[in-house]
Amino acid sequence: MKKTNCDVAVIGAGPAGLAAAISAYENGARDVILIERDKYLGGILQQCIHNGFGIHVLGEDKTGPEYAEHFIQQVEKLPINCLTETMVLDLSENLTIQASSKQGILHIQPKAVVLAMGCRERTRGAIALPGKRPAGIMTAGTAQRFINCEGYLPGKKILILGSGDIGMIMARRLHLEGAQVQAVVEIMDCIGGLSRNLVQCLQDFDIPLYLRHIITDIRGDKRVEGVDFAPLGDEGQPQLDKKISLDCDTLLLSVGLIPENELSKKAGIQLDKITGGPIVDKNFHTSVPGIFAAGNVAQVFDLVDHVSICGMQAGKSAAEYARGELEHFSESLSKVKAGPGVGTVLPQVLSGPADGPLKFYLRARQVTRKALLQLRNSQNEVVFKKKFRTVRPAEMISVTADNLDCSANEYTFELIGEDNG
Amino acid sequence: MDKNKNTYKLLCIVCPEGCEIEATEIDGEFAFEKGICKRGQDYARQEIINPCRFLTTTVRIKGGVQTMLPVRTSEAISKDKLAEAMQQIASIETTAPIKLGEVICSNVANTGIPLVASKTVAAI
Ligand SMILES: Cc1cc2nc3c(=O)[nH]c(=O)nc-3n(C[C@H](O)[C@H](O)[C@H](O)COP(=O)(O)OP(=O)(O)OC[C@H]3O[C@@H](n4cnc5c(N)ncnc54)[C@H](O)[C@@H]3O)c2cc1C
Ligand code: SF4
Repeated sequence: MKKTNCDVAVIGAGPAGLAAAISAYENGARDVILIERDKYLGGILQQCIHNGFGIHVLGEDKTGPEYAEHFIQQVEKLPINCLTETMVLDLSENLTIQASSKQGILHIQPKAVVLAMGCRERTRGAIALPGKRPAGIMTAGTAQRFINCEGYLPGKKILILGSGDIGMIMARRLHLEGAQVQAVVEIMDCIGGLSRNLVQCLQDFDIPLYLRHIITDIRGDKRVEGVDFAPLGDEGQPQLDKKISLDCDTLLLSVGLIPENELSKKAGIQLDKITGGPIVDKNFHTSVPGIFAAGNVAQVFDLVDHVSICGMQAGKSAAEYARGELEHFSESLSKVKAGPGVGTVLPQVLSGPADGPLKFYLRARQVTRKALLQLRNSQNEVVFKKKFRTVRPAEMISVTADNLDCSANEYTFELIGEDNG
Repeated sequence: MDKNKNTYKLLCIVCPEGCEIEATEIDGEFAFEKGICKRGQDYARQEIINPCRFLTTTVRIKGGVQTMLPVRTSEAISKDKLAEAMQQIASIETTAPIKLGEVICSNVANTGIPLVASKTVAAI
């Protein structure tokens, strides 16, 4: 069996993978292979035609395709081997990649691997929706691809479940394309996405938003005909006497994203139960030496800018590892945990000497005004703190802490609101 | 009595704080509650006088490796013009190849602002 050897192989060519491939090359890796199952590079950005990308990294407000093209052009200028329409089927602990391509099965043996497979949307099964199973129920991302890439409207009367960013952006997109968006229904007390999208996607077009409501029935036999939903009572039960029935031919689900980690599991990578992605250190090194993870495969990010920054770091680290200049973290090193009020933390492991500032990405559990973020060490001493006027689960927090002792310490991040602290 | 007095409530989206701004307009002058920062005040003023949005949509493209071309207005246009712009754009069809940034329509909904390609699409 013939194997192709290379320095660094990157799996997935979304913004994380593109940045990782560029940075691996720029940091000295010579044979870089970028593997993408789609026909084109760019990942999910290809279908995100709205603006709001790149304000931090490029200093400009770009659309998804524009942002992607900026990086694709750089990849194309470098001697990076892009294998499109190639799907990675297997990844082993000793970094062997098996992929299916038009030329048949490929075997690739890199010295380091960057995982950049992104995330996928939660589907109906993952949230146990009641009612019938007619046609016309799809994820918001599927509808986004239909309209923006293939050019047809998935329906004329739409109801959207979940107020994540993709759901709200699709509400505006469908409205502008002439569909009637009946309502956005959200189970939580607050929207799941950014307030920018609440204002510019829903309020701008008077699209009704029902917070703290859940779907109680989906009507229709062949095609969706309508949806019933009801407000939640104090104990979280639907109040059926206050049920609202709306007609629609399409129900879009925008109920969250899950990191895509089938390959990571095959390679025996240790996953974080909370983020759903691999446990990584500051170099985005996973628990398997030589395998790095960047972008939404590690943790669902809200801003593509952070995805690109992580991708660059992962690519650089992979190049260093391929040259034998980077060590894997050992089990005895410091761990970082999400404590009270904190949903997720990245990185989860601190490795190497405490060489300067360390960047952390966190998510709050709930909307908290006048929040205090603290990092405590195993001795329960506060070693870092920062105040925020408001933190929201939908908006990732990024902070930089200095002078942390990385040897066998256990750190915990906590978020305290003004009322209870 | 105060004929020219209006009050507005809006959610500021300039930074992650997401303040709820209450603005009072008296004879064209705006007054804000204490604690609303300068950027928030500027945003609120603009939102009340003439809210503007980038329009991003698609047009059909012939002879390209893809069937849809993503496009955007090069600057934000008045919110009231969005529907008119969408109608005008619906009838546009382009032909590949198209380069990123190429002007697809020079004047969107009589705003004087052009519509440009957000992507390079090669010909087949
Ligand atoms: C439907 C959807 C819509 C989104 N919309 C927005 C938005 O509007 N705004 C925003 O800021 N963020 C949005 N996001 C979040 C967005 O994913 C991130 O901002 C960013 O694109 C993540 O980059 P990434 O490189 O980690 O992943 P992606 O862009 O998802 O790229 C992953 C790539 O890996 C490829 N891949 C996966 N598995 C394999 C395999 N086994 N073999 C080969 N290739 C593989 C995929 O085809 C894909 O091209 C959206 C996400 C989804 C799922
Ligand atoms: S008013 Fe100022 S602080 Fe408040 S959201 Fe707007 S820009 Fe941010």
